[in-house]
Parts: sequence; C-alpha cells; structure tokens
Amino acid sequence: MRRKLTMAVIIVASVLLQSTVCQMISVASIKPNLLVIVTVAFGLMRGRRDGMLTGFFLGLLNDIFFNTVIGFNALIYLWVGYFSGNFYRIFYDDDIKTPLLLISICDIVYGVIQYGFLFLMRGRIHFFFYLGRVILPEMIYTLILTIVVYQVLYAINRRLVLTDKGGVDGIV
Amino acid sequence: MKKKTNDTLKNKYLLIGLSIVCVALILVSFLDSEVVSPIRQVSGVVITPIQKGINGFGSWLSGLTDNFDDAVTLRERNKELQEKVNTLTEENSRLIQDKEELDRLRELFELDGQYEDYEKVGARVIAMETGNWFNLFTIDKGSNDGIRKDANVISGGGLVGIVTEVGPTWAIVRSIIDDNSNVSAMISTTSDRCIVAGDLRLIDDGCLNLVKLTDEENRVHVGDKVVTSYISEKFLPGILIGYISELNNDSNNLTKSGFVTPAVDFRHLQEVLVILELKEYVPSTAVSEGTVVQGDALRQSEGTQTESETETEQ
Repeated sequence: MRRKLTMAVIIVASVLLQSTVCQMISVASIKPNLLVIVTVAFGLMRGRRDGMLTGFFLGLLNDIFFNTVIGFNALIYLWVGYFSGNFYRIFYDDDIKTPLLLISICDIVYGVIQYGFLFLMRGRIHFFFYLGRVILPEMIYTLILTIVVYQVLYAINRRLVLTDKGGVDGIV
Repeated sequence: MKKKTNDTLKNKYLLIGLSIVCVALILVSFLDSEVVSPIRQVSGVVITPIQKGINGFGSWLSGLTDNFDDAVTLRERNKELQEKVNTLTEENSRLIQDKEELDRLRELFELDGQYEDYEKVGARVIAMETGNWFNLFTIDKGSNDGIRKDANVISGGGLVGIVTEVGPTWAIVRSIIDDNSNVSAMISTTSDRCIVAGDLRLIDDGCLNLVKLTDEENRVHVGDKVVTSYISEKFLPGILIGYISELNNDSNNLTKSGFVTPAVDFRHLQEVLVILELKEYVPSTAVSEGTVVQGDALRQSEGTQTESETETEQ
C-alpha cells in the first residue's frame, strides 16, 4: 500500500514538474525529459512489472493533459518501462553508468518515434535537422538531469525496499 | 524456478494487455475526441491548482533575488525612472490629444475601434507542453470565466494562439508558432491573402512561415504588417500577427512565400488576454479554400489542411 502510494505520488509529481519546472530550466527551448528518467529508473530498480506500470501511468497522465490523442505516450513509455525492466537483476542499481546508458537509448528512441509519427507523417522530411536540433540536445540535457534525479529516486527506492523487507517483493 | 517463469509470463500478458488498452484509447480519441473530454475535465480540476502553486513559487523565488539589489542601484534607477516619467507624461498628454482627434475621425468614418472593443479576460500561463516538439500551454482561466473552445488569445497586441481545450478553471492554448498551426492571414496594406504556418525548424530564428501569398502586382514588401484575415474560420479579423521579414517568389511564379516575425515574444510569455467573442462562421464549401485550418497532427481529415501542410514543405 505504502509502495503504491509512493509510486503514485512520484508519477503525479514528475508530470507536474515536467510541465512547470522543466519549462523554467529549459536551455535554447529544449527541456529535459524527466518522464523517461523516472520510467527507466523504476524499470531498472524494481523490474519489468513496476517499470511497465510506471511508464503506462506517466504516459497516460501526460496524454490526458496535453495531447488530443490519448494513449500514444502511454504506449511508448509502457514499452520503455518493460525494456529497461529487462536489465533488472543483471546490473547493480547503485551504479550510475547503466541508467545513463539506458536513459540515453530510450530518450533517442522516444524522440525518433515522436518524429516518425507526429512529424514525418505530415511530410516533415528533414530528419537530421530534428535529430540535431531536438532529439540529441534533449538526450544530453536529460543525461545531465539524470545524475541528480537518479540519486533521489534510488534513495526513495532503498527506503521502500527496506520497509517492505518482510513483504512479498522486498527481497531482491 | 516455476514461479519465475510464471512471473515472466504474467509480465508478458500485462504488457500485451496494457498495449491493447493504449491502442484502444488511441483509436477512441481518433474517432471521437468528445469521449475523452470528461476524463480531462476531472483530472484538470485536480491538477491545475497544483501547477499554479508551483509556478507561483517559481516567480516568488525569482522575486526574492531581486531584493538583493542594493540601495545605490535602486536610487540611481529611481532617478532614471523619474526622468522617464517626466518625458512620458509629456508624451502622454500629446498622445491623448492625438487620440481624441483619432476618435473623432473614427466616428466620422464610422470605423470600429480595433480589437480593443472585444471583451477580453486576462490569464496567466501556468504550464507548458511536456515535450520539445509542440507549443501548447495551459492558462489559469477556463469556462468559469467565459472562455470557450476556439477563443482567440492575444498578448502585447499580437496574436498568440487559439484555445483548443477548456476546463472549468483552465484552458489549453495552441500557439501560432506550433508546428501544427496554420492561420489564414492577409497583408494589412494590400489585403492580399496568405497562410501563416508555424514550423519547428524556425524556433531558433523565432519566426513563422508565410506561404501561398498571392501578390500579382508586387505591392507587398518586407516589413509589411500581417494580420488575421476576414475569411478565417476561427480567428477574428484584423488581429496583428507580425511583420514580413523575408519574401521570395515561389517556383510556380504565382504565389510568394517567406517569413513573418511575430509581434509576440513567445519565449517570455507570462500573461495573455483571451478574447471571449468567438468568430461566427457558417461552414460552407464555397469559401473553404484558404481558410484557417487548425488541427492536430493525427487528426488530418480536412483536405485543406493537408494541402496547406504540403505547401509549407517545399
């Protein structure tokens, strides 16, 4: 219960921060993608199921607010969470290199999908412009933010695991 | 071991199940966007106050740093400002005289004042779209204040965008620099019609695409005012969009295209004015050509939109 509540708070908080604070810290009208960080972090730290659910709800909340088509982002983040959940148990989650690598891959894939469905379909064919102007800068900025945010998420997860130790999914 | 394979299988089912849910949601919102509107209403009521709070906290923080200005600078600035006040007062009295004259002349010509006549409501920008691809933002006023869908949004005398979604206490605005935005416009001096389209590729230059300008007599020049046109479906006529910054002949030699520098500073947008009056428009096929087509990326059912969209991409 406590775990679910914490997750829900984190999900709502990250969508809120993404739409307000990330706007304030944007550089050259590029803002970092907090949602990818949270999804990948939970996939990596808590496994496929939690990664999937985090991604799904994050994307859904985001869609409800800003997109006419509901479910598009939810679908992408769902798969991002599942993908990063595959690396659970393979890597130690206190090592920052794995999340950095995973987040950069996921952010690029996310960018390419956004471009492919929302821009290429409307005849915006200059892929390399969008790659250089939006996708890559967003990835780099996201990586910088990861270094800070991942530590916070890691600490929260540590807490959860410790208090849940007697519970079902406490022992890793 | 048994349990582990069981878990993997369960996860796969969950993944497939949720994917199907997503696809179903996408299809539903494609076919009928009204269905999802209630969900949006409910969640918006809960979340916009928090967004407002976070934003308020941000401006409070930046206000705090301003307090650190020392007294000397403040005194200097005070002196400067006092001088400015004097010159402005002088200028103001002159302008008032001019305005009186203008009013008289307008009355004479039975001209309407420009858009100062429309009923407007001020609103604050409280949140931006979460990604880097589009230019939507949320404002803190909604249907409780009389805002309706398709209401025009202006700021600093120029067109900002159009309301695409309304809740009781909030509304989502698509700005004209958004990649999906097409505004039917005209040149104020010659009344030649054109389309002003937003383009993500121009974000660094801070301008907009101007396409399909019919100007057979070559009377349009760089620096001319671009305003919303009379034939627009959703925009009230005569709202300033910006000024032409570049103009070239198209390869077909019939139309011209170029760039428009918007009158609004979109990077530092904080307060906007929403015009409560909506454009009254009778849908008819006869006048549909070249009208405003405002739509979303995945909702391109109208033929005119695809037409203007491909035009942009020459």
